[in-house]
Amino acid sequence: MPIRTALEALSLRPTVFLRSAWPWLSLAYLSVGALVGWVTILAVTSLVIAGTLLSVLVVGFAGFVALLLSGIVVAQVERRRLRLVDRSEIPDPHQPVPEPGLRAWVRFRLREEVTWRELGYAALSAGLLCWMDALVVGGVGYTVVATLGAPWFIDDEPLHNTFLIALAGIPLTIVLAYPITAWAGARAAMARAMLAPRTDEKLVEVTRSRARLVDAFEVERRRIERDLHDGAQQRLVALSMQLGLARLELPPESPAAEPIAAAHELAKQALTELRELIRGVHPQVLTGRGLAAAVGEVASTAPIPVDLDFDLPSRLPQTVEVTAYFVTVEALTNVAKHSGASRATVSARILQDKLLLEVRDDGRGGADPSAGTGLVGLADRLAVLDGAVTVSSPRGGPTVLRAEVPLPVGEEQLPPVQEKPAPRPTKPQPDRGFASADQERS
Amino acid sequence: MSGLRVVIAEDGLIVREGVAGMLRRFGHEVVAAVGDADELIKVVPEHKPDIVVTDVRMPPSFSDEGLQAAITLRAADPQLPVLVLSQYVEQTYAAELLDSGYMAGVGYLLKDRIGEVTEFVDALEEVASGRTVVDPEVVRQLLGRRRDPLHRLTAREREVLALMAEGRSNAAIARALVVTEAAVAKHIGSLLTKLDLPPDADDHRRVRAVLAYLRG
Repeated sequence: MPIRTALEALSLRPTVFLRSAWPWLSLAYLSVGALVGWVTILAVTSLVIAGTLLSVLVVGFAGFVALLLSGIVVAQVERRRLRLVDRSEIPDPHQPVPEPGLRAWVRFRLREEVTWRELGYAALSAGLLCWMDALVVGGVGYTVVATLGAPWFIDDEPLHNTFLIALAGIPLTIVLAYPITAWAGARAAMARAMLAPRTDEKLVEVTRSRARLVDAFEVERRRIERDLHDGAQQRLVALSMQLGLARLELPPESPAAEPIAAAHELAKQALTELRELIRGVHPQVLTGRGLAAAVGEVASTAPIPVDLDFDLPSRLPQTVEVTAYFVTVEALTNVAKHSGASRATVSARILQDKLLLEVRDDGRGGADPSAGTGLVGLADRLAVLDGAVTVSSPRGGPTVLRAEVPLPVGEEQLPPVQEKPAPRPTKPQPDRGFASADQERS
Repeated sequence: MSGLRVVIAEDGLIVREGVAGMLRRFGHEVVAAVGDADELIKVVPEHKPDIVVTDVRMPPSFSDEGLQAAITLRAADPQLPVLVLSQYVEQTYAAELLDSGYMAGVGYLLKDRIGEVTEFVDALEEVASGRTVVDPEVVRQLLGRRRDPLHRLTAREREVLALMAEGRSNAAIARALVVTEAAVAKHIGSLLTKLDLPPDADDHRRVRAVLAYLRG
């Protein structure tokens, strides 16, 4: 494995390490660090002084702004300097400024979080790190000079004594390569932590955009459902009604009777198909009554009996409900198509901050995620919400599909499960004719 | 039955006018035809219709305003016959509706049924006369479920229950199943017993049987 940082270099075998450039690079890094720190202090002090003196005039304000932005320059230098002891480049975490002009640049930079992190680094570097750099470099330099140089500047000792000191200085100097490299490595790691783009800044953006895509998808589904419902379905209902009325007007022996009847039949079939289509696009009951009710409707149309075991204290966030719903539908479709099961169970519960969804069947098992796109599609769907799906399906069954969906944190109100809003009258007064109601004579 | 005074609530203009025209042709009087649930709740006490026909989904949020309006209206007047038209079969909605008000004079039909002109008008008249009509599609789905307490019913008893849910009389059930009316009465008696609905219950046992069915 190639060595990329000073800290990693410490793990090399001593013979390799001591002959490598790392101790020297570390020494150079720390020496420059001390210099940069002092230059920073000088610059900042002059900015403060200039700002204070000139603040009588308004331009002094510029001095303070420059002070706030000084971290950017320090960080710029630091990122270059870091290359001495850290071979992986640090990208500039600043976003490009969208507008031209100095004012826009200043305003944009002041709004960036990383600008303030860099200012913090500059302060830390000037206040503490550069002194420590100087201390380490100075200490090491002093030790080396004091030991190896002993024969030259210690006059009041016999030569063989000072020579012994110098001799002892050789291993000491070699050993000192370690603390130098260690401090340089630690300091570089600190600098990287503060100056590199936050590791998850990019990743968060990716996840968000995926979530946005899914949201957009869901909005689009609803729009399509609405359009079909308000447009095509209404017209088909009206068409079917008109054909029904036309049939009533036609004498049965009329030559038009048969084609009209056929047309009526076709219109009704089209309505049935459209109804199924609309339902598949987005079930209204999911929005209205939540996951348990929507899954209940699906379960009741399944070709095999499906038991439901739902223990959900409240409505879940919409994205979670929609995902869980489609996962269940897909899973039940698979059960019906492939498993040969005679019974299935869907259970859902909340465990800590996760929705656990389980679809279990008593079929023959052997479901293979790599065989079809169904299970992979489920995994993709769940991945967007950071969820996961696992399938256990030994040959001979049973198959258990388990999906976990984390509930988004910070999601404010979760409305309670909508209770049946039917206020029952306390005492029904039967007087309206309900002729057939009591016809049974048991 | 003719000359019913009907209030229609439906946001789609073509369907609303179509249904109104159709009902007039069958000799009923459409006293009000409105486009949203708020208006429906407003006009019903004014006109005191014999029956309300409402779509489930209506403005402003297009979820289940029509159904909620129906339930509200029946809370105010438990005996107001209401026929709800649904975009598709929702047992949840059907059960909520059947639970509302006095247990009769309720209908829950797929919107598609409007095309079956005579059946639709028949169903409307049935509901207006206080019977319960549940869409055959709901019933068909329920037949697929075999859960307590329904699993104790025989296949024939389930058939009878399904037809009861559609609001048919014993005579009509007998005709549909090609058996005698006495046999139908026997089946009904035994299925009511199996559903724990003893003969002395003062609620309408047929409707309760259908409800038991719906709740599965």
